[in-house]
Amino acid sequence: MQTISLPLSSLWKILKYGLYDVMRSRWVLFYGLFFLAATDVLFRFGGTGERVIVSLMNVVLYVVPLVAVMLGAMFLYNSREYVTLLLTQPLKRQSIFGGVYAGLTVPLCLMFLLGVSLPFFYHGGITPDVMQAFVLLLFSGVMLTAIFVALGFAIALVHEDRVRGMGLALAHWLFFAVVYNGIVLFIVYFFGHYPIENGVVALTFLNPLDLARIILLLEFELSAMMGFTGAVFRQFFGSGMGIGLAIGALFVWLLVPLGLSLRYFKRKDL
Amino acid sequence: MRTAFYITLFASVLLVSTAVAQDRTTWTVAPDGEITSITEAISKAFPGDRIEVHGGTYAESPIVVMKQVELIGIDNPVIDAGGENEAITIAADSTVFEGFTVKNVTHSFTRDRAGIRVANASHVRVANNLVEDTFFGIYLARSKHVDVLDNEVRGVPKREANTGNGIHLWNSDNIRVDRNFVSGHRDGIYIEFAEGSSFAENEVRDNLRYGLHFMFSDHSSYERNLFRDNGAGAAVMYSSHIEMRENEFAHNWGPSIYGLLLKDIRDSHIEDNVFYRNTTGIYAEGSSRVKITGNTMERNGWAVRILSNCYDVEFTRNNFVGNTFDVTTNSRRNPNLFEGNYWSKYDGYDLDGDGYGDVPHRPVRLFALIVERQPIAMTMLGSLFVDILDLAERVLPVLTPETLVDERPLMREVR
Amino acid sequence: MITLSNIHKSFGSLHVLRGLDLTFREGEVTAILGPNASGKTTLLKCILGLVGPDDGTITVKDIPLSGSERYRRWIGYMPQIAQFPENLTVKQVLAMIEDLREEEPVRKEELIKSLRLEPELKKPLKTLSGGTRQKVSAVIALMFDPDIIILDEPTAGLDPLSSSVLKDHIQAEKKRGKTLLLTSHIMSEIEELSDRVVYLLEGQIQYDGSVKKLTEESGEVRLERAVARMMQNGHAKPSEEAADETLTDQAT
Repeated sequence: MQTISLPLSSLWKILKYGLYDVMRSRWVLFYGLFFLAATDVLFRFGGTGERVIVSLMNVVLYVVPLVAVMLGAMFLYNSREYVTLLLTQPLKRQSIFGGVYAGLTVPLCLMFLLGVSLPFFYHGGITPDVMQAFVLLLFSGVMLTAIFVALGFAIALVHEDRVRGMGLALAHWLFFAVVYNGIVLFIVYFFGHYPIENGVVALTFLNPLDLARIILLLEFELSAMMGFTGAVFRQFFGSGMGIGLAIGALFVWLLVPLGLSLRYFKRKDL
Repeated sequence: MRTAFYITLFASVLLVSTAVAQDRTTWTVAPDGEITSITEAISKAFPGDRIEVHGGTYAESPIVVMKQVELIGIDNPVIDAGGENEAITIAADSTVFEGFTVKNVTHSFTRDRAGIRVANASHVRVANNLVEDTFFGIYLARSKHVDVLDNEVRGVPKREANTGNGIHLWNSDNIRVDRNFVSGHRDGIYIEFAEGSSFAENEVRDNLRYGLHFMFSDHSSYERNLFRDNGAGAAVMYSSHIEMRENEFAHNWGPSIYGLLLKDIRDSHIEDNVFYRNTTGIYAEGSSRVKITGNTMERNGWAVRILSNCYDVEFTRNNFVGNTFDVTTNSRRNPNLFEGNYWSKYDGYDLDGDGYGDVPHRPVRLFALIVERQPIAMTMLGSLFVDILDLAERVLPVLTPETLVDERPLMREVR
Repeated sequence: MITLSNIHKSFGSLHVLRGLDLTFREGEVTAILGPNASGKTTLLKCILGLVGPDDGTITVKDIPLSGSERYRRWIGYMPQIAQFPENLTVKQVLAMIEDLREEEPVRKEELIKSLRLEPELKKPLKTLSGGTRQKVSAVIALMFDPDIIILDEPTAGLDPLSSSVLKDHIQAEKKRGKTLLLTSHIMSEIEELSDRVVYLLEGQIQYDGSVKKLTEESGEVRLERAVARMMQNGHAKPSEEAADETLTDQAT
């Protein structure tokens, strides 16, 4: 009978030292500065908090997953010996996995949150009417970071070859960010005269990026622009339950690759 | 009740006929005064007299004005219509009704009950009143040269079916509606057959259907009004020679909602208006010879949706800033003109420095056409794939309207 | 004490370990030798729990390895290539390992001193040379005074002085009655340190005996020669063996 409880104390320790390490590395700082600069520039050129949020949406939806999946894979490839060192210590594999995963995800999320929030505070961009959108933007960014780092980890775990792994990471991003929508658009365009609305709603759930995009866009313009044809869609995502389900699905998108990776990692020969 | 009405009517007619030669008198109505009823004062008054109504609640209705009087409220008198009746009906020319609060007229399926009704009268002035919680607010029928000024018409928004219009004009010409505030009604301002009327500086917001519902009223103008957060925006239909200037259409937001809907409008001008955050800024159908100039269309879903049954509609010197779609249409044919507008999406250059971009701008996105044909495709909005598609189309246009091109896009916003 | 019985391990179609039976005793230094890809590293990894054998059992101090990580408390391991979080200092890395093991180091100061690591303690790992990293790795392997010490090419990359210091430590551990396993390409080092040689070829034990016996049997004076000879002989052998195996497979 194997214990399934996560030994959290060693996970926290690994995370703690992982944070010491990662927070001192230049690329994490650069990542934070990128968001800081982007948000600041948007404020200086665009003005209002709402406009900035709309412009940041694309950054969050496309840059965050790209960086997360690539860094996730690369980080694991680079930490291979370190992970081995940890494995030879009296530590459970799940705490090592959790600690190393969190050791990348937490600093990335922190940098994202800080980089985006700081300009909002000092430019006074947070007003009550954009509060919800702002929170959703931060939430989406954090979720997408966590999901795509997990995806990068999964890829790097399964594929020993680093070049192949990095290529696959990029391919995954391309698929979720571009190709997937191409396929859906194709389906929608050629089968739009059938009642496919429920299908379109379902398709959204199969792509975490799309989920985040819809959650964010509904906050801004999408619901109004859907018109009557989009009624099912609008009603679904417009309801508390729909948004709840979408957010829940994002968590599923996080936990599934993470769980599968952990399972794989626990059995893997290193 | 009905008998009382006829008695009053009879008495009024009698008084009018016997008091022609008298001087102008001022009557005072107050809850603790000699005359405690407005109706009584009217019946005693002679045409041209002034009736000052002092603060207090007057539960008499309907008050019917059949002779020319000046009804002036002092210290905010309240006319409580008690629900089933209209508060006041003005049926005499040159009557003034000013400074009252009118309230409590419930909805009816059979009659358009109003707080203040002006019927078959001319040169009436309705000003500075607060009309609260009434089915219809101010209702003008078969009247001419009426001024409706500085009133506040507030409804309690219910469902469309049991809410009337804020200011309702029917079959009335040369009406002036200025500086009113209208909210919480079905249509904020409703106009049907009201030629030569003007509407200025009104604030119309939070109405269930249209902020402005305007039909069959040639030679009218409206200027410097604010239409905001109305259910379906403003609709201007079946009229010609309309002047619309410096109005603000903002936050008319939601499915099938317009900032300004134009249907069968001819020979009109739409100038210097601001369209901000509307689902559709301007929707035009069956309209022609309309000059649309100097407007700012900002952050709308669709800034302009113009159907191909419009012709000679000219868009010049407008600003298109940050709209999701700047222009859409339903055909590759384009009998309208777009020239010298500012487009925030324009990415050309101005080498000769004349202020106009050297490369023509195509404001119709491919994605807009896809959505036009397959609305559910809207769910792909904001995706990278769609951006790539749009970019490809801009480089190599195959599907977007060939002639819908701004040959001289402005490099800077029009101020 | 470590016992392995009938250990099999394949990576895909590659049969790396083919039924190993081995016992490693206290107070004994065993050198695992063999040509590249003979299964040396896989054997060590099996004991460390990095690789799970397909078949067979491993016990450490009579406790079978069954997914529990606790037995690693008794093991000190020095990998061939050591890598640590690059931005941590040596001191932090050592503190981290102490923290993770929840153990007080016994021999830390002594090791740091003898390996002359003091001047490096406050430097981040990314600034250190490969040799210095090896020293850090040696400190980690030995500082908790573990009962079992596994060293994978311990002196590779070390300067002669540090190398001899490390060897002294290994000798000392042996005297303390520890179970030591090591791999090395330097035969003189093995001659110097080991009591016993296990020679692996194609995942099987080709030779298991004392260093002395090996040199005697081969008739060579130097271990290096003896091993080289074994390699030469060995290469002829596997094909016969493989053929035998196929035959028996078919027979059964």
